[in-house]
Amino acid sequence: MSASAHTSDTPTIDYPLNVIVATDCGSTTTKAILIEKVGDEYRQTYRGEAPTTVEAPFEDVTRGVLNAIAEIEELSGRKILDGDRIITPCRDAKTGVDIYISTSSAGGGLQMMVTGVVQNMTGESAQRAALGAGAIVIDVLASNDGRLPHEKIERIRTMRPDMILMSGGTDGGAVTHVVEMAEYVAAAEPRPRFGATYKLPLIYAGNKDAQGQVKKILGEKTALEITENIRPVLERENLAPARNKIHDLFLEHVMQQAPGYKKLMEMTGAPIMPTPAAVGVIMETIAKREHLNLIGVDIGGATTDVFSVIEGVFNRTVSANLGMSYSISNVLAEAGLANIMRWVPFDIDEQTLRNRIKNKMVRPTTIPQTLDELQIEQAISREALRLALIHHKGLATGLKGVQQERTISDVFEQGASGKTLIDMLKLDLIVGSGGILSHAPRRIQSMLMMVDAYEPLGFTMLSVDSIFMMPHLGVLSTINEKAATDVFVRDCMVYLGTCVAPIGQAKDGERLADYELTFPDGRVVKEQLKMGELRLFPLGVNEKATLTMQPAKAINLGQGTGVPVTRDVQGGVVGVMLDGRGRPLQLPADSPARVSALTKWFNAVELYPR
Amino acid sequence: MAHSYTPGLTVTEQTVIRRRRQLPLPGTVLVKVGDHVQSNQPVAKAELPGKVYPLNLANQLGVAPDEIPDYLIKKPGEPVLKDEILAENKPLIKWFKTEIRSPITGVVESVSTVTGQVLLREPPRVLDVLAYVDGTVVEVQPQQGVTVEAVCTLIQGIFGIGGETWGTLVMAAQSPDEVLTPAHLTADMKGKIVVGGSFLPAETLAKAKEVGIAGLVVGGIHDKDLRALLGYDLGVAITGTEQVGFTLILTEGFGTIPMAQKTFKLLSAHAGQKAAISGATQIRAGVIRPEIVIAKPAGTVSAGVVAVPQREGIQIGDPVRIIRDPLFGKIGQVSALPSDLQKIPTESEVRVLEVQFQDGQVAVVPRTNIEVIEGL
Repeated sequence: MSASAHTSDTPTIDYPLNVIVATDCGSTTTKAILIEKVGDEYRQTYRGEAPTTVEAPFEDVTRGVLNAIAEIEELSGRKILDGDRIITPCRDAKTGVDIYISTSSAGGGLQMMVTGVVQNMTGESAQRAALGAGAIVIDVLASNDGRLPHEKIERIRTMRPDMILMSGGTDGGAVTHVVEMAEYVAAAEPRPRFGATYKLPLIYAGNKDAQGQVKKILGEKTALEITENIRPVLERENLAPARNKIHDLFLEHVMQQAPGYKKLMEMTGAPIMPTPAAVGVIMETIAKREHLNLIGVDIGGATTDVFSVIEGVFNRTVSANLGMSYSISNVLAEAGLANIMRWVPFDIDEQTLRNRIKNKMVRPTTIPQTLDELQIEQAISREALRLALIHHKGLATGLKGVQQERTISDVFEQGASGKTLIDMLKLDLIVGSGGILSHAPRRIQSMLMMVDAYEPLGFTMLSVDSIFMMPHLGVLSTINEKAATDVFVRDCMVYLGTCVAPIGQAKDGERLADYELTFPDGRVVKEQLKMGELRLFPLGVNEKATLTMQPAKAINLGQGTGVPVTRDVQGGVVGVMLDGRGRPLQLPADSPARVSALTKWFNAVELYPR
Repeated sequence: MAHSYTPGLTVTEQTVIRRRRQLPLPGTVLVKVGDHVQSNQPVAKAELPGKVYPLNLANQLGVAPDEIPDYLIKKPGEPVLKDEILAENKPLIKWFKTEIRSPITGVVESVSTVTGQVLLREPPRVLDVLAYVDGTVVEVQPQQGVTVEAVCTLIQGIFGIGGETWGTLVMAAQSPDEVLTPAHLTADMKGKIVVGGSFLPAETLAKAKEVGIAGLVVGGIHDKDLRALLGYDLGVAITGTEQVGFTLILTEGFGTIPMAQKTFKLLSAHAGQKAAISGATQIRAGVIRPEIVIAKPAGTVSAGVVAVPQREGIQIGDPVRIIRDPLFGKIGQVSALPSDLQKIPTESEVRVLEVQFQDGQVAVVPRTNIEVIEGL
């Protein structure tokens, strides 16, 4: 699977791109960045932002775009706007830009409903196709999803998606179930979310033998598009054609209905991409370029997106109701109070905490003013990140229902098909993005939030997006990869450092490993990492140190229990963190012990001001 | 240049509001432009298609899907009553006869010879859209709905549950910091909109249900009481469809928080009048806040300004409410707007403002943590 954007309609530009302005129209804010070629490399130079104007009273997304660009004009002294028009290409050193590009998730993003025949086979494939295209999947209907037929019809009718993706059946297989689902969809007469007058776009990507019947049933009632089967045979997924179709229909139908988008589409020099699709493209580009296995997370106010590229396989999931403001209360509902409390380094009564979380939900733009409020928000974010990763692991799997060839050595291993692809031990890099991670007052806070939530194993690098520009760079990479790469490396990614976490448990204070850390200046630290210890060694950006670890008998550093490891570790704005808290991470259950353990760890890495 | 957005809730004696009354699908508009309408008057109606019931006849009769038409007693388009025979086979020995009866009263919508399914549809249900507020129809969208304009007193709350309702406004609390206890609720409050003070405990919620109160307006409640009332933990603030027996509007937030003096005074001034309220809240894109609308009877509208002016950012002297701990719920006036970023105890560098309280004390608060109390 690949995140590559559909670029067939990307125009060719026959002049050099030296100045680029890019926007991301988010649900609340439109963020603009200016990228300029300085010498041989591209740099992000200025940024501006303005409230998104999809809603009344403006109901025209371009207002927010022009406001955000106007802010860049003011800061940079470059004239970019001529009234409501963006000046392209550059006229001189201080006038115009060579191209304007944009991504969008305004108005709730692209909301899709998908259908399949078997829930964990074609249903999941359809879900992966839609998610990979940057959609939020509002429901997965399948013949075996446990709902009665009339309940399915009722569900289709009450949901108002922007688009439906129908899949089901392998090519040449039985057609009955997929035709049955088409009948349900037709009976429900689904209506799109925006615009009462146009037909709902529906993509059929199921058994090719049923195409004729599906056309007969749905051709009149929906704007039907037929494409290749996403699961032509059980053993193979073919998601790209469906995903490209989703992208085309997103531009042709959905975007046309959203206020002001027609105008915006005329302004841009490349097709507008859904924000998560653009982030997916950039994640995949990094993974490919650096030959890395990575997980990327974008934790927003309403949703948390998780991306992974493991052994070249790209996956994306969106946890639609896990976020730090609009959806903060849902994190509490899903994680439970005890799970949130385990990260809070002080005692607080349940009622106060519940009321505080609800007050953040109803006033989502507020920020923590006191240290304890910050600590509570960061505790909640650990749980949101953790739950979103669990969700991701459940969908980023091998194909289910596939027969596996087994050798004699596999007889005792009852590994089911459809195992998650996310192996934390194989993971090289975690990339964090979103307000709570990008804007944490101390970078160590971002690092520890991700470490606590994801419990990386062995050696893992961590980084954050400096000012949330990955969407911009994703769309930029479809027209100029060098510009996107330059800016990504120099201005976007902030390397935090490396986390080294031995796997296993020991008694508190017992030896986990002996280590020798050799710094670039020749300085050597030779110590012992004990159970329950968290150590932090500053090591600058672009610096490498050599770490040799001899783990205790039952402890594993990725090469097997008790096997010593020597590796270069990458520095960053935080440094190298040796996490001796054991894996899996176990926090004391009783409150005083928990407070004391958290306080010890937080002080050890100077997480908060004392 | 864009202005920083300062969220605010409107609390105003007189303004003009427009409310779109839309049908969920095309139907008939019952009023015309210029008509005066009452809140409980239908302004448009539509027929909602009935529920669909699929029935797999091929399986039930044990025949191939393409043979189904031969067994049907009722053809597509024909009406059918509940338990009426829909299809039957004709065996040589009548003991083996199978009759398939309709599970519903409705019509046979379609028959599929691919899947062997018959789709039955229940009769349509008539849906009336009411005016919601007393006012004048100012716009008609044929087949879709109308826009009603009302000159009114408007009070927006921060959060609510439950849908639109109407009733006479009754002040149950004597002051904005009074807790609304079950003893405050009396039988004569049935069907009315009852205003409390700072807080509403669980027992009062139970009593409100028992009395049959139409709506409750109060400063705050505890989240745990809301959870008990709804029966689940509300994850995302999209409300308006809850059915707990009444509509509930919080003017301040969660916890015990005295209702803003201005809000309480305004509600008191209109005690005894009819109010239309809605608990619908949506905090994501396209913010909807719960509201209390007290329409002005014709002839009582004062001349002059009737609309809330467009805000141009926050100014010194603006009345504000602090909306984040440690001073959550306190109300004061903006006394300074320093432009430089300031470091707050979390170590974040943010834009702040100074708020002066009634006792003369001054606090420095991040700009994002206040809410302007809007309205004239």
